[in-house]
Parts: sequence; structure tokens; C-alpha cells
Amino acid sequence: MAVPSYAGPLERTWYYAFRVICGLIFFFLIAPILVIIPLSFNVQPYFTYTREMLTFDPAGYSLRWYEDFFSSRQWMMSIRNSVIIGILATLVATVLGTIAALGLSRKEMPFRGLIMGILISPMIVPLIISAAGMFFFYSSVGLASTFPGVILAHAALGIPFVIITVTATLVGFDHSLTRAAASLGADPTTTFRRVTFPLIMPGVISGALFAFITSFDEVVIVLFVAGVEQRTIPREMWSGIREQISPTILAVATILVMISIALLTTIELLRRRSERLRGIRPS
Amino acid sequence: MAQADAASLGGAPITAMVTADGVPLKKSLAKAERRRKITAFLLVAPLLAFIIFTFVIPIGSMLFRSVDNPIIVQVLPRTVDALQEWDGQDIPPESAFAAMAEDLVEAQANRTVGRVAVRLNYEMSGARSLLTATARRADDLAAPFQESLVDANPRWGDTEIWAAIQREGRRFTPAYFVSAIDMRYASDGSIERQPENQRIYVTLFIRTLMLSVAITLTTLLLGYPIAYLLATLPLRYSNLLMICVLLPFWTSLLVRTTAWIVLLQQQGVLNDILVALGIIGDNGRIMMVYNAAGTIIAMTHILLPFMVLPLYSVMKGIPPSYVRAARSLGANPWTAFWKVYVPQTMPGVGAGAVLVFIISIGYYITPALVGGQSGQMISNLIAFHMQNSLNWGLAAALGTILLAGVLILYWVYNRIVGVDNVKLG
Repeated sequence: MAVPSYAGPLERTWYYAFRVICGLIFFFLIAPILVIIPLSFNVQPYFTYTREMLTFDPAGYSLRWYEDFFSSRQWMMSIRNSVIIGILATLVATVLGTIAALGLSRKEMPFRGLIMGILISPMIVPLIISAAGMFFFYSSVGLASTFPGVILAHAALGIPFVIITVTATLVGFDHSLTRAAASLGADPTTTFRRVTFPLIMPGVISGALFAFITSFDEVVIVLFVAGVEQRTIPREMWSGIREQISPTILAVATILVMISIALLTTIELLRRRSERLRGIRPS
Repeated sequence: MAQADAASLGGAPITAMVTADGVPLKKSLAKAERRRKITAFLLVAPLLAFIIFTFVIPIGSMLFRSVDNPIIVQVLPRTVDALQEWDGQDIPPESAFAAMAEDLVEAQANRTVGRVAVRLNYEMSGARSLLTATARRADDLAAPFQESLVDANPRWGDTEIWAAIQREGRRFTPAYFVSAIDMRYASDGSIERQPENQRIYVTLFIRTLMLSVAITLTTLLLGYPIAYLLATLPLRYSNLLMICVLLPFWTSLLVRTTAWIVLLQQQGVLNDILVALGIIGDNGRIMMVYNAAGTIIAMTHILLPFMVLPLYSVMKGIPPSYVRAARSLGANPWTAFWKVYVPQTMPGVGAGAVLVFIISIGYYITPALVGGQSGQMISNLIAFHMQNSLNWGLAAALGTILLAGVLILYWVYNRIVGVDNVKLG
């Protein structure tokens, strides 16, 4: 989109002004995330740039907040909890979600709209309401303040993402492939394992990543359903921000930003691979 | 498919077609169809059962709790019974006082008096101490019970407490919804508005709506230009810029909220820059966080990707030829943009706006952390009643109202985009 040669001076000015406005908006989006990264290396316990930091004096920088983070039993415990809960919830959501997506994408599926609505609902209902409901019900069946309780709750939240990504992958799926496999004597399990699954795998993996990040970043359900034993990283950050604010949180935040960059890259690569496999040209 | 029946060869109707094993074709097809339906359903069944157990029943239990009212019936059964015939005008009959004395003795022995006292306190302030104090001395009560109870506490002589027990002595109650909309029962049992200084919830619902509208508008204002830029730039540049939208989208919510606290607080980065530039004095630092402004700024940042992504996908599909045609027919750039381009982006604007609005009216974390007093939303009050005041019935009633609002909006969203078209990433 270059300025057309017939554009008048006013149009030209607007063209550049528009670019500047967009630049500012992108700055608004990205700057807050980048600003905290150098601050996590601050030698002072402040949340602002010191004179030493601005003059790039090495004395102004240190790794003390990272040291603090990695030597804290509480934070290490929360990493362990986040990983355990995240992986198990993802596993449950992905396995059940993928199987269900196979059924949902069949045209014979009865009550498709209604069932889809129910399965997607955890994504629509505000988290505070889900958390309140789960708190009431899970305490009455003894699941509150237990690992299985938090895992089930997080799996429920992750399922809509798995359903959406896997059914989206199945839209472009060529069903004559499974028929060909069946006509060559493969039973349904073999067909799924050897033909269907390799083709829908990118969708399954990106659904699983969405489910994992949902659990990994979730704090409202944890606040209500989890006990002290199940505190996750976001839960520790929550109390860190509310109670004893220390730059250790910035160190954790920096590590989490790095993790999200890694996840973002993975998903982008998967998307490209999936499009290539399904023969969709990048538009 | 063999035509086994010899007669059918002789020009019989086609409906008599049968399969190799002699079953009529129609029936056999219907059977196969049914089998496929069952298979499809069986694939979905485990997940459906899972979601019903982990999610639908919990939501149902919350809805149920908003009208559930077991305590008074359970703890004061005789009193509730005795008040059945009471007209609510004069002091209730002696039998009601006697029943109350008996119920209190039992409640004190079973240690259930605390629960009923808390429950009645929602209906009438002071009911808590009235019940607990009287129950502690319940063994001393003797006939005539009316005198004895009024002696213990003169408030037993008012009709207010009796009216509350009579009204709430039912298994289900609308009382939580009545308080959730800032109403209360008048002494004659009619519903009236709360006194001015006690109206909180309606104000908060309105504030939640106002904040959500403000957030939706700012995300639209900021999202529209960059979605347009992303959709019109050559792919190799737009892919790079897309990262600027997707990175915040993928970054932890708490990280982004922390970042805004660091930037906006009084000793924070932005105030430091303003002081260093001499725009404000060191003692004139601006309060930008822990108020409504903080909530709007942080949530605009958090929800901006939800506006940009639907807008982008709609704009990407708009062919540039229409605007060119408008220009060649003599429209100036503004007219061509406003009359030709913008109407074509309306599905994206609608989808993005409804999505951002739905997410923001139920938001909890960010308002709780950066909202201070003036930036609190209805979900923060639900959390307060869940965790601090422990008035779970009221929390459930507020939640039910919020859920109803979200579902209506979601229905609108579904009409605009359809749930299958939700795009991720």
C-alpha cells in the first residue's frame, strides 16, 4: 500500500500520519511487556529505572531477583504445581476433546448445535461464575482443595480450545482417505492411528498448547477451588502483587514472557505446517 | 445388491428392492444410518459426560443456590409452622412464641443457631445478635413465652423479626435476587427500594456496563487502524507486525497486569518520565492506577488482540477494487473510506465489539489488582461475597444476573459470527 502517484499533499500527509498513529498503537501493545524485562535485573528493590540502569552501569544490574526466585521453596513448589496441573489437565482435555471432535465433525451427528454449545460453554461463561459454581459443587463432592479438583476444572476450561482447533482441522479433511483405508482392510483403530491422526496432528497439538496455556495462566479457579497445597505460579504472582510486592515478580514475569514467545513460535510453525499439509496456500 | 425375489423381475415396483441378505434396501439403509449416528454420538459421549460433571452441574448448583433457602425451615420448623396462619398485622399468637422458645433450645443444643442467625441478619439488621443472645439463655425461657421472650429482648415484641421468619420460612426464596437489585422487603411485605446510601449493586452493574462500553470503544478506536494496516500491508511486513499483536495475546495475564502497575503507579516509569521531562513536578505525580482509569487502560491493552483479530480476518477478505471504483467515480478519499470500506468491515466490528464486551463485563483479575475502589466491577463483588462476607446466596444471585446478561450477548454474537467461526491465534 504505497501512496498512489495521483495523491495530493493532504493525502500524502495523512498517509504518513496514519503510519505514525499505527506505530504508537503497536508501541502501546508491546512496550509494557518489554519495559519490565530490564527492570527484573534491577539491583534496587524498586519498580522503576535507576540512574545506574539508564547509564548502563553494570553496578545497576544484578541477578538477585532471579536468585531469589530460584532459591524460594514457595516459588519452586508453584512451578511444580503449575506443570503437574497443566500437563494432566491438557492430557485429559486433548484426549477427550480430540475423540469428541471426530464425532462432532461427522455429518450424522445428532443434536450437533446443542452439544457443541454445551462443550464450548466453559469458554463463554465468565470465569468468576465458573469458579463460584465449581467451588459450591466441588466442595460438596470432596474435590475442593485437591489436585484432581483443580485438574478437572482446568481440563474443562481447556476443552473448548481443543474442540475448536481440531474441528477446524477436520473441516479440510478428505474423508475418502479413511474410506480408502477401510477398503484396504484397516480396522477403525488402525485407520485413526495411521491415517487420520497424522493428518490432524497439527490441530491437536495447537489445541493442546491452548489448553496448556489456559491452565498455566489461570488464577480465578485456583483462587476458589485450590488449597494451599495446589498454589500455582499465577496464584503466587497474585498474592505477590496484592500483598508483598517485590521485584521477584518481575523476574517471574520475564521468564513467563520468554515461555510465551517460545509457545507463540511453536504455534506459528505448526499452523504453517498444517496449511502446507492440507494444501492451503498462505494467503 | 441382488434382487432375490423372482417376482420383482417381472416389473414389480422398485420399492421391493432388497439387499443380498434379503432385507429391504430402505430398511437396511436406515439401519446403517442409525448405526453411524450412534457411533458419532458415542465418540462425543465421554466428553459430554465430563463437561456435564465438571462444568454444567457446578453452574447449575450456583443457579440453584441463588434461590435455595433451607436453613430457616430446618432450624426453626415449629416457628415456621406456627406462623402459617398469622396475618402479619398484630403480634403473633402465643403459640408462635412457644414454638420459637422450643426451636431455640434445640438450635442451641445442635449449634445451628449461628447459621439461622446469619441467614436472618441478611433480612433484618440486628437479627443475628437477637437470636444468638436469646438462644444462649433459651433454657431460662418459660411460659408465658411472649412475656419471657420480650423480657429477654424487647425486639421480640416487634413484628419485623416474625415477618422475616414467616416470609423466609420457605424452601426457596427470591430474597437474594431482591437484594441483588438493591430492593428490600418493607415491613408490610411489599418490595421497596433500599435507602439511597445502601444502593450498591445496581450502581455497580451500571458501572460495569459503562466500563465495558468504554473498554470496547477504546479497543475499537485503537484496533481499527492497526487491523487496517495489517490487512493492507504486504504479507512479509504484516506477519512481522502481527507478532506485536500476538505476543501480548500469549503473554500471561498477570504479567501484563504487573507491567501496567509498574508503568502507571505514582513512583512508576511513566510518572518518572513525565517528571524528568518537566511536564509535572515531583509532588504532582498523577494517580493513574488503582482507579477506574487504571482498569480501562490495562483492560484495553489486554483485550485489544480480541478486537484486532476478528477485524483483521474480515478486512483481509475485502477486495480493494470497491474503494478504487468509488475513487474513480469521483469520491474523495474520506467518502470512499466511510461510505464504501467501513460498511464492509461491519461484521468484523460487530464480532470484535461483542467479544470484547462479553469478556470485559465478566472480568475479575485486572479490576481486582489495578482497579482500586472506583475501578471495581460486579465480578469483584461476587468474589467479595464468596470469600469475605460469605453471603453465598447473594453471590449466586449476582452471578446468575451476570450470567444471564452474558448469555444474551453471546446469543447476539452467535447471530453475527457463529461459534464455529471463532478464530484462535
